[in-house]
Amino acid sequence: MPLILATSFAELKDIFLMQGFAGFSLFAVFLLMALGLAIIFGQMKVINMAHGEFLTVGAYVTVFLSHMVVNHAPKLLPYYFPAAIVCAFVVAFILGYIVEIGLVKYLYNRPLDTLLATWGLSMILQQACRSLFGAREDTATLPEWMMGSWSPSEGLDIPINGMFLLALAIVMVLLVYALMYRSRWGLKVRATMQNRAMAGAVGINTKRVDRVTFALGCGLAGIAGAAFTTIGSVSPSAGSLYIVDTFIVVVFGGAASLLGTVLSAFTIAQSQSILEFFLTGVLAKIFVLVGVIILLMIRPQGLIASKVRR
Amino acid sequence: MHTLYNRALGGRSGTVGLALLCVLLFLIFPLALDNFRLNMMSKYLSYAFVAIGLVLCWGNGGILSLGQGLFWGFGGYCMAAFLKLEAARNIAAESGSDQIRALTTVGLPDFMDWNQITSLPYIWYPFKSFSLTILLVFVVPTLLAYIIGTAMFRRRVGGVYFALITQALCWIMEISFVTRQGWTGGINGITDLRTCLGWDIRTKSAQIILYFLTCGLLIGCILIGRFILSSKLGRILVAMRDGEDRVRFSGYSVSKLKTFIFCVAAAMSALGGALFALNVGFMSPKLVTIEPSIYMVIFCAVGGRNSLIGAVYGAILVSYGKTYFSEMFPNLWYFLMGGVFILVTRFFPDGLAGAVDYLGPMLGRKLFSWIGRAQANFPAAVVPIPVEANEGR
Repeated sequence: MPLILATSFAELKDIFLMQGFAGFSLFAVFLLMALGLAIIFGQMKVINMAHGEFLTVGAYVTVFLSHMVVNHAPKLLPYYFPAAIVCAFVVAFILGYIVEIGLVKYLYNRPLDTLLATWGLSMILQQACRSLFGAREDTATLPEWMMGSWSPSEGLDIPINGMFLLALAIVMVLLVYALMYRSRWGLKVRATMQNRAMAGAVGINTKRVDRVTFALGCGLAGIAGAAFTTIGSVSPSAGSLYIVDTFIVVVFGGAASLLGTVLSAFTIAQSQSILEFFLTGVLAKIFVLVGVIILLMIRPQGLIASKVRR
Repeated sequence: MHTLYNRALGGRSGTVGLALLCVLLFLIFPLALDNFRLNMMSKYLSYAFVAIGLVLCWGNGGILSLGQGLFWGFGGYCMAAFLKLEAARNIAAESGSDQIRALTTVGLPDFMDWNQITSLPYIWYPFKSFSLTILLVFVVPTLLAYIIGTAMFRRRVGGVYFALITQALCWIMEISFVTRQGWTGGINGITDLRTCLGWDIRTKSAQIILYFLTCGLLIGCILIGRFILSSKLGRILVAMRDGEDRVRFSGYSVSKLKTFIFCVAAAMSALGGALFALNVGFMSPKLVTIEPSIYMVIFCAVGGRNSLIGAVYGAILVSYGKTYFSEMFPNLWYFLMGGVFILVTRFFPDGLAGAVDYLGPMLGRKLFSWIGRAQANFPAAVVPIPVEANEGR
């Protein structure tokens, strides 16, 4: 009897570890998505409902590249993924730049209107993806080293793509942190977002800062899209499935705080994946959302509030 | 009498606008459209209720709710639950034969049967009575709006955050309705609604009567909205939209005001949802989730977020455009719709109503200057025309 108890206890521990690790993959996806939005929504106050579509665009770039590599240069297959990430970033960045110039620029003083306009944009981008790539789901061919799993002990399987995702997310957070808080350019961005008139007065080209910041946020969504291809298949509406989650993550974290975004992505992803083990997936989702909404009522400024006087 | 004229009808220009809408709804549409299209029109008009509610709480109160589908849906589901129970009772009575009685549980909606539910859930009990259902159509969504409103506005959650939270609530409603299949009909929703108090709602005459009922209630909602907006409360609402802190510092309770207008909008939406269930004969979670809720905001934005009458035109135009273009050009439709979203917010923030206000006088001036020039060329016709023209203006 004690033996049975002991084995089942060990199994339970493994299940918890694996479930916890599934939470880490979800955490990485949330974090990558939320990083771009934390800049666009948190700093610039633009409610970009098309953020998910930038993810889709990044994912399609990756899928397209992988098909190219498979068809024309199969030898490069193990190495193409880093290039795909860069390409996804560049394409999403350029698209974001165009969107800023053509649309978002005119709406900075009307935040709620950005919501409607970018929703329209997301419909257009989704349909464009559907016309270009077809409505069917598509998958990227992953390099060999990214597939399979790593099992440190028996009964414990940790997927490698999950670990890759997590590593990528951590690297991106560090990069964004360095860019926003430790570089000259980040200083300009924060100055512009805090007080546009004063920033302009000290000689910062605020319009240029706007353009590049928005495009950067979109580019980050593109990277999230490239990462997304390692865990799921891509369809034109893939990004829009995550948009509500992403907004909740950013709002819950405290819109203008990078650390808050990380913490809230972690909390939401972990509680969801651990609850999923006890309840069904949908119920876990409902519980987490209701919990977040109640917490937001108690603390409307989010987990970590920026102490900036408005 | 005079105050009523000024307040509920909105003075001369308001009366003219309302009269035009009435002529369109009560005369032109019933005469010009065939029965199928008229039924479609009642469907569009049931969305107009939400748009009117949004004019009150978004256009004038500054509260953007992306969760109006929630209230619309609760209203619709309450009505659909009543109709479904009646349909189930009728089927049980009609069947007569013992075979069917043995196969199904008598008086239980069919989807419950399919989900192995053997007795009516307690939540469904109130929907056995018609008067209680009508009461619940208004009470459930209003109470929900009151709870959400008090909880949010007391904590000064507003603007963007409120919009995103209501959107999440909408999503929660959709996924919980989809999963509780036995209680709500799951993803298919509540379908196959036939009679209301023994009156077959699928017949031609019933659909026409329901159309006129919808129009009448819609005009009623517009009048109520006018009445609220022209009262002192309406003035404070607009003040609150433009400078919340100043209103708070003047001693008004901002959270109560916001909750009130949010509840009014919710009740109107619920009425629209109930009428939708009557007009169209089904209710499903796909109609109440995030996307339709954003469409509802778009109806309001296209019509003009400050104009009660504009909201009706917005709902009709956008819904009609949606039906027409998705039938004719299914691929182009999303581009067109997305383009409309972008164009309206970018160039016409006041929507159709704003365009009419802006273009109307300009066209008028053009017309008159043209008449003036015509007179200059033909001096004989000088005298009588300008007088008439000025009166016509």
